[in-house]
Amino acid sequence: MSPRRHPSARAVSTYLFLRPRLALLLLLAPPLLWLGVVYLGSLLALVVQSFFHLDGFTGQVVRRFTLLTYRDLLAPANLDIALRTVVMAAAVTLAAAILAFPVAYYMARYAPPRVRALLTLGVLLPLWSSYLVRVYSWKLILAKEGIVSWFAWRGGLGPLLDAVLSLPVVGGPSLSVSPIGTFLTFVYVWLPYMILPIEAALERVPRTLLEASDDLGASPAQTFRRVILPLAFPGLVAGSIFTFSLTLGDFIVPGTLGNSSLFIGQAVLAHQGTAGNIPLAAAFTLIPMTIMAAWLLAAKRLGAFDAL
Amino acid sequence: MRSDAVVERAPLALRAAVLGVLLFLHLPFAIILLYAFTTDDASYRFPPPGLTLGWLPIAWNREDVWTALGLSLRVALAATLAALVLGTLAAAAVHRGRFFGRESISFLLLLPLALPGIVTGIALRSAMSLLGVPFSFWTIVLGHATFCVVVVYNNVVARLRRTPPSLTEASLDLGATPWQTFAHVVLPGIATALLAGGMLAFALSFDEVIVTTFTAGQQETLPIWIYGQLTKPRQRPVTNVVAMFVVLATSVPILLAHRLTRGRRGAAADAR
Amino acid sequence: MADPGAAPVVRFDRVSRRFGDVLAVDDVSLEVRQGEFFSMLGPSGSGKTTCLRLIAGFDRPDRGRIELNGRPVADLPPYERDVNTVFQDYALFPHMTVGENVGYGPRIRGVPRREREARVTEMLDLVRLPGVVDRRPSQLSGGQRQRVALARALVNRPRVLLLDEPLGALDLKLRQQMQGELKSIQERLGITFVHVTHDQEEALAMSDRLAVLHQGRVEQVGTPVEIYERPATAFVADFVGISNLLEGAAARALRGSEEPFTIRPEKIRILDAGAPTPAGEIAAVGRVHDVAYLGSHTRYVVAVDAGATLTVIEQNRDAVPRDVQGARGRRVLLAWPREQARPVREPG
Repeated sequence: MSPRRHPSARAVSTYLFLRPRLALLLLLAPPLLWLGVVYLGSLLALVVQSFFHLDGFTGQVVRRFTLLTYRDLLAPANLDIALRTVVMAAAVTLAAAILAFPVAYYMARYAPPRVRALLTLGVLLPLWSSYLVRVYSWKLILAKEGIVSWFAWRGGLGPLLDAVLSLPVVGGPSLSVSPIGTFLTFVYVWLPYMILPIEAALERVPRTLLEASDDLGASPAQTFRRVILPLAFPGLVAGSIFTFSLTLGDFIVPGTLGNSSLFIGQAVLAHQGTAGNIPLAAAFTLIPMTIMAAWLLAAKRLGAFDAL
Repeated sequence: MRSDAVVERAPLALRAAVLGVLLFLHLPFAIILLYAFTTDDASYRFPPPGLTLGWLPIAWNREDVWTALGLSLRVALAATLAALVLGTLAAAAVHRGRFFGRESISFLLLLPLALPGIVTGIALRSAMSLLGVPFSFWTIVLGHATFCVVVVYNNVVARLRRTPPSLTEASLDLGATPWQTFAHVVLPGIATALLAGGMLAFALSFDEVIVTTFTAGQQETLPIWIYGQLTKPRQRPVTNVVAMFVVLATSVPILLAHRLTRGRRGAAADAR
Repeated sequence: MADPGAAPVVRFDRVSRRFGDVLAVDDVSLEVRQGEFFSMLGPSGSGKTTCLRLIAGFDRPDRGRIELNGRPVADLPPYERDVNTVFQDYALFPHMTVGENVGYGPRIRGVPRREREARVTEMLDLVRLPGVVDRRPSQLSGGQRQRVALARALVNRPRVLLLDEPLGALDLKLRQQMQGELKSIQERLGITFVHVTHDQEEALAMSDRLAVLHQGRVEQVGTPVEIYERPATAFVADFVGISNLLEGAAARALRGSEEPFTIRPEKIRILDAGAPTPAGEIAAVGRVHDVAYLGSHTRYVVAVDAGATLTVIEQNRDAVPRDVQGARGRRVLLAWPREQARPVREPG
């Protein structure tokens, strides 16, 4: 690899070395091109598309600025879809927070380093290994003839299960074809996303703070409520960003475990599919995007990004 | 919470809760495994009427499974390669210079992973329809690479931050051009970060279904195949066999990547 | 030894370098001669490391010229300058063995393996580190790593070797040992060494000539004796060794003019208050304010009537040193040879 054998390469090296800005530009150009142009460009294209409209007769997209698509979006059926999705997202976030907190708390406060490393792995592994399989597993578990049902009937809770299933709005023929099932699956799939930020936030709380609170006469419950919870809050917000955003856009889970009432993700998929109504699909997508933009802004104000 | 002092015992209720949640997280995998061996192929009956290994050879002989697997592998490889190159370039750029918009680069790279998959999916789809680009292998790779870049980028940037700048200076000082410095000094330094990032990217791509739905057209990657099977009532255990395979194929790189980044942390501490 | 007649190996001609609003190097001009051990001495922030980096090529001056062997190097990247550096943190490549580290320069240049290995062995012997060729840097001690860094830089036989506070991380005994070794290696190879340090004792011990820098400017350049015995400015007098600075009314009272001057503590003798002033010497009467017995010498702080406080250092030659505690509060006469009082100028 003698440099003297490649004088031109060396000359280019030196040229760029003496001009660090140019070198920087060259380094950045490919990734920027890809993400800046391709990705951002297509996000822009999406927004632009939402201002077009699908002509009902010709089945073609009319590329002219119009608000007709947004008017379609405001139809009661579509608003239903939006509302349903948002409520589900909120419920999932709440449930995930409740389940995640004990684990995060234990990991941050009590677990010795070795156990904590193991637990982190234990939380990360499901997270990274196949989302689809994890969703699918709940279809099995919640099936009418499946394991949950079997345990319920064996344990004498059969009638309770039936009662739950016959609830309006959230019930269904079986857990695996119902909003409850969808809810449970969502919580299961996004749980790690909630555990990790909370744990990160709690890890930053110095022990001495708790000791001080103790010292000043607070009961454990009070210490929890007044010291630990507020300090964990940014982590909660960070985690909620994930759970909320992921639920808002998902179509796999409601498609697999839901009934015929659609969620935003499914609506998007349906409209862009054979119908070719990309403008409406785009308009639908703008709902989670704007909600998340607002949420992210609020989260930033609340200081959640330190926990990420 | 920094526990430098004596570690206290957690209350029993807390420990029980943690155990419960952990079981909640991991048991479903065991269930899938169980159902891969059931003799009942039309429903999810519990307990399974019988157990058999017979589904394994059947799955092995399914043409559509192999086609889907092949596509998934090729897409994952291509996306990982693209992510490695682009991620390294971006990491090198961000690490070197103080330039205008440096923070935004990190944010931009994070965006595809942070926004829900459906946004990325429909955005790419809508761009494709606007530009008249037909579905193809490359449209799938494009979609995947877009969110895989940040995984490599994060790993490489973190590693670069831990390398003292005097190393590259020493190499230049000793007569190596920047290219040679990259090849002999920088690359070996980030090798494990690249490996870890690459494996994570591979796992991400291999498992991806949402963005792929929008950019794949008629082609089926393995996750798309699985998704399609969920509504078909025949040969259900085959789906389970494939599912277990996917879990293994994604878990192994994850574990290895985790090992790589953890092991380094210990070694870096004493290599001053 | 250095040959003052030959062209300088390194030449700075009115070099300036600015970082934001900090002028790290301010109009510096100096020359380093062929074969000499040259040091740049100064506190942190004095610009000495920046000067070193400018020579190596990691940075470029905003103003002025830098010449290596008479040739301007403005457009030469570090890998094309005949200069090698020993870094402060040694910068050994962690993924290579010692042998590979030292052989890196020759390898890049395409030196065939056999010759390369011979050179590596030769260098490691020179720095007194045989037998570590196959070890990794993480397996070596700090002192060993430092030697490897030295070997790695020397193996290319550069015209100039730059050393950035090389002994800073070593403990005292090792540091002193390395000072001697560095000096003897330099003399043996005849390579020009440019050495940066904040440790004035080190600079005095090793250098043929040194430059004292302060806030980006060169306060004085000279041999160690010149710098110590004839400091040009108050800063040099104070930074290199301890010194007493007298100015204004006190200066007039003792020396006859208001021009500020310095006098080294070890040059002052303490006599009893009533003793006669020795011929050709300046004398000052005063009271002992503080005494510290430091083993090999004793340090006195004396408040002279003329209106200043002088530090005096007296070597404890006698078997039974003077009564130290009793000296406090006593009236004494301080005397020093007239020519030892060095007038200083403000840096200009």
